[in-house]
Amino acid sequence: MTKKRLKEIIGFVLLRICIGIVAFILIVILYDIISKGAGKISWEFLTAMPKKGMTEGGILPAIIGTILVTIITAVLAVPLGMGCAIYLNEYARDNKITRLIRMSIRNLSGVPSIVYGLFGVVLFVQLMHLGTCILSAGLTLGLMTLPWTITASEEALKNVPNSYREGALALGATKWQAVKTNVLPYAIPGMLTGTILGLARAAGETTPILFTGAAFYLPFLPKSLFSQFMALPYHLYIMSTQHHAITKVRPIAYGTALVLIVLVFTLNLSAIILRYRLRKRKME
Amino acid sequence: MQNLNPVRKSERALLEDLSNGVKIKVEKFSFYYDGVQAIKNVSMDIKRNQVAGIIGPSGCGKSTFLRSLNRMNDVILGSKSEGRILIDGSNIYDPDVDVVEIRRRVGMVFQKSNPFPKSIFDNVAYGLRINGIKDRDYITHKVEKSLKEAALWKDVKDKLNKSALELSGGQQQRLCIARALAVEPEVVLFDEPCSALDPTATAKIEELIQNLKKKYTIVIVTHNMQQAARISDLCAFLMLGELIEYDVTSKIFTKPSKKITEDYITGRFG
Repeated sequence: MTKKRLKEIIGFVLLRICIGIVAFILIVILYDIISKGAGKISWEFLTAMPKKGMTEGGILPAIIGTILVTIITAVLAVPLGMGCAIYLNEYARDNKITRLIRMSIRNLSGVPSIVYGLFGVVLFVQLMHLGTCILSAGLTLGLMTLPWTITASEEALKNVPNSYREGALALGATKWQAVKTNVLPYAIPGMLTGTILGLARAAGETTPILFTGAAFYLPFLPKSLFSQFMALPYHLYIMSTQHHAITKVRPIAYGTALVLIVLVFTLNLSAIILRYRLRKRKME
Repeated sequence: MQNLNPVRKSERALLEDLSNGVKIKVEKFSFYYDGVQAIKNVSMDIKRNQVAGIIGPSGCGKSTFLRSLNRMNDVILGSKSEGRILIDGSNIYDPDVDVVEIRRRVGMVFQKSNPFPKSIFDNVAYGLRINGIKDRDYITHKVEKSLKEAALWKDVKDKLNKSALELSGGQQQRLCIARALAVEPEVVLFDEPCSALDPTATAKIEELIQNLKKKYTIVIVTHNMQQAARISDLCAFLMLGELIEYDVTSKIFTKPSKKITEDYITGRFG
């Protein structure tokens, strides 16, 4: 065997090991959670209130809380993020200020979530007097998701060929017409995918909502957006570290983890399906 | 009588131009990208219902010049123009001119055919719709008329709802021509429209351009000197942003008045 061929084989084996390790870790995590959590999943677990200091009953308030917070997050992050991306990619001149703004946005996506949590407390809870509630938590997560939404949306816009813009302009379209009718329709699938992935990430966050509205134990559903709420990731955190009977509630923790994973996975899957369908429709 | 109502010299010249069939008058036009001068003080008259060809080596400013005629260069950041370009006597670079309306009046066909990923029908109807036309019967009528004008109707009349991306390269380019014609331009600019096409498709486009000049004023940039010789009435030779020579095509290709033009057309450089 030649030396060249040997090197080729070693290279491939190393790369296979890399992917193998990653796949192995993922499978172990999923197996652990599914095997220990699946037994706990029942209609009652999904639809009942927690009882007796969370040692019995279901996790309905946490499911509802997470869904509501994610909706608020989307309401803030989706239109604002897409709007910023459209401005930056289609309208903004390429000068120092634009570059600075773009760089800041990239950097914001690296800010630790605890910092967003603290910022949310100061801005929404205290300064805007919203109190600790679903709205404050959702808005905080919205801010955290914004850089992701903007960056993903901008990438999607960049992928639309410039000839679509020029072609429209050359027919007498205004810039906005060109963007609206001949750029956005082709960028929307990519924009939505990036956005939903950002939302899925936000749905699983604990720290930002910890300060801004998530509660330890509320055996009833939130009455309004100004109520405190239970959330799946926070519930999981409580069940696995703060509860007075940790070993007793372990199955509930695993059940909660499974529900959270399924929720996030559903969001991701819907992003993939949505992208596929929109793309197919556009190309026909 | 003349003394009572004196016509100013410039106005008289304008009237003269119009009666001589000048559609586009380029006056001492210069164009800069980020301070680099791409077009240098070019002046030329382009006549109504004629094909004006623009030839020159790569990077000579042909495309920049063409895109100045419908202000597509406005899109480029850090660009600046000097001088005037008059269409029917009014300067399209006047500050109060509506650039969107200029681009409707001066259509453009690009080097790389750029059908939108829509149906054939929607491609041609696109320009009508963005210009605010909603009457369906009119749009249907206009789409058919434009496709006929672009010699594409026979090929596509049974598949108007199919994606434009399914057409062949030559058909796509004729679709782009139909799309440009649908908004009733007065001038049509062609930026190397055949550079990606095979000889048969090229011949079809050339024939089409010959027919179109009966109704429109045509300006075509081409890399292919035979093409310029075949289809243009007047031909401009541009080099490094300067207009070297502009004359009747047969004269440019048989006895050009400048040595450098002769060197270029005989293939000594370029």
